[in-house]
Amino acid sequence: MQFSLSEEQTLIVETVRRFVEEELAPYEDEVERDNRVRPELIRQVRERAIERGLYAANMPEDLGGGGLDALTVALMEIELGRTSFALQYAVARPSNILRACKGEQVERYLLPTVRGERVECLAMTEPQAGSDLRAMKTRAERDGDRYVINGAKHFVSYADVADYAILFAASGVEDTPRGPRSRITSFLVDKDTPGFDVVMGPESVSHRGFHHCELVFTDCRVHEDRILGEEHKGFDVANAWLGATRLTVAAQCVGRARRALDMAAEWAATRKQFGQAIGKFQGTSFKLADMATGIEAAELLVLRAADREARGEGRDRDFAMAKLYATEMLARVTDDALQIYGGMGLVKDLPIERFWRDARVERIWDGTSEIQRHIISRSVLRPHED
Amino acid sequence: MKVLVPVKRVIDYNVKVRVKADRTGVDLANVKMSMNPFDEIAVEEAVRMKEAGAADEAVAVSLGPQQSQETLRTALAMGADRAIHVVHDGELEPLAVAKMLAGVVGEEAPDLVILGKQAIDDDANQTGQMLSGLLGWSQGTFVSKVDASDGAVRVVREVDGGLETVALRMPAVLTVDLRLNEPRYASLPNIMKARKKEIARKTPADLGVDTTPRLNTLRVEEPPKRQGGLKVGSVAELVDKLHNDAGVI
Ligand SMILES: Cc1cc2nc3c(=O)[nH]c(=O)nc-3n(C[C@H](O)[C@H](O)[C@H](O)COP(=O)(O)OP(=O)(O)OC[C@H]3O[C@@H](n4cnc5c(N)ncnc54)[C@H](O)[C@@H]3O)c2cc1C
Repeated sequence: MQFSLSEEQTLIVETVRRFVEEELAPYEDEVERDNRVRPELIRQVRERAIERGLYAANMPEDLGGGGLDALTVALMEIELGRTSFALQYAVARPSNILRACKGEQVERYLLPTVRGERVECLAMTEPQAGSDLRAMKTRAERDGDRYVINGAKHFVSYADVADYAILFAASGVEDTPRGPRSRITSFLVDKDTPGFDVVMGPESVSHRGFHHCELVFTDCRVHEDRILGEEHKGFDVANAWLGATRLTVAAQCVGRARRALDMAAEWAATRKQFGQAIGKFQGTSFKLADMATGIEAAELLVLRAADREARGEGRDRDFAMAKLYATEMLARVTDDALQIYGGMGLVKDLPIERFWRDARVERIWDGTSEIQRHIISRSVLRPHED
Repeated sequence: MKVLVPVKRVIDYNVKVRVKADRTGVDLANVKMSMNPFDEIAVEEAVRMKEAGAADEAVAVSLGPQQSQETLRTALAMGADRAIHVVHDGELEPLAVAKMLAGVVGEEAPDLVILGKQAIDDDANQTGQMLSGLLGWSQGTFVSKVDASDGAVRVVREVDGGLETVALRMPAVLTVDLRLNEPRYASLPNIMKARKKEIARKTPADLGVDTTPRLNTLRVEEPPKRQGGLKVGSVAELVDKLHNDAGVI
């Protein structure tokens, strides 16, 4: 077992930290105020990230990516987690599921996305299908060599900026021992395809400037060569490639929690009440101790899960534990940080209230805490069941 | 032209330095260490010379413990071609460093040695000057501009009250000041490339240098804590305080 970073990882962390400080952090207030990242700013961040080799760092080198393994990507995500979510999103780490692209899809979707010429969004969730994705109603019906897609998705992040969607739709029904079950197929659908409309979703309290949309499909015709993976095997592609995205969420929580702790510790050491720094009161200092311990524990879970993934031994249970623990840790840490700041924690002039708001979504998206607990508990029970 | 750039691993400039309880030095336990900021400027200059075609090789050298290799890797990721690590645990004084660097210069035969004007840990500001003395080379210190071509180098020096331009014959030793350039930070592809660059290892004995310290540190103390200021309500009160409390008028 080895607990230290390689020289290379240390340098990469250093570079990402500098990038965050110089290219992203200066725009945080603007993004919060305007609730958007200007298109020119997205372009600027993208260009600088490409210059530094940070764009698509998660993609293999032979596809033009940075070639970082899952562990080093996690280290990078921790650093990116320190800043505004909306801003860091412009330093794209394209969805790994795109690596399932075949034939012409590689030139049309995968490579331009790695180069920063195209941007994807991932459309799974529907009003009637959140945690229970299999219940999705969006249908893809075969008509010769095409599919006709009807239905609606919601909570699709970044669909306002993206120019194509990785869409999951029900393509039929199969009989299983437990009764009939939807078959799901994944498609690559360009945003300018007739019958595909994108509407801005309602504002969320977390991650201002980062928007989600509703996607509406009305007799939208998509050629079969846009199937990602195989027909009816949408969840197989998702399971093969998306498990580790939970680690992204978890890693970012570690970075944000660390920033909240840094600020809280500084405040506790300098803010005086009753004639002394509030950090001298055990009520405050023990909070800081618990915050620091929680952060370290979450980081260890994240890095271990990522290390396994890097060695090709990634397990859903590890991803779930890291995501569950890190997101709940962030909720506690940001709440404690706000408490330490007192009234100042609630004002918009400081980022503390933002960390607190932003923390809330992490326990919901990419599988709620309850769903993570299902995954973990199943793995705990399985060996004991007949 | 070949450039040699010595780099030192020091306590990171962002760290709030604390004196050890026994007052023998600064507490380095669990403290972030980085390349001396003036050395980053030196590496940057060497890499720019390469990019401009004025230099064809930049070699980084560090003297220090095993972990100094990280500092060398940083120099390689910034663009140095290869590195030399003289492994040594424990204290090294400027004269010993200058002697070892003179040894490395003897082996490498660079045209220019570019150093930081001082290291931010002990602020000695001696190594470059001693090296130039040992080698009998020309020296340009506190340099804020470098222009090297065809066996000569023109430098602008930051001196009290202005800037001095000096022409030096090569080979020469330059020590660089803050305003020379803004050092880059490594890009991901260059970090990957640095992994494959060579770091040669040596010992002080290989260079025939006795590193025994000649100085004895008696005590290290924190600077006195600054007293808080105070606001006065009127000129009369100010004069009164200066006269009666401070006793300066
Ligand atoms: C800002 C934002 C961005 C998003 N971006 C995307 C995106 O880009 N693409 C995408 O496809 N989706 C996206 N989502 C959707 C997100 O993944 C879902 O919100 C999430 O999966 C939960 O689904 P739901 O909101 O429908 O909640 P529901 O599934 O309705 O859950 C409601 C509550 O019931 C609980 N619950 C449900 N089932 C169980 C159970 N079996 N046992 C115990 N408790 C249960 C949940 O844990 C939760 O507490 C986004 C969501 C948000 C808020």
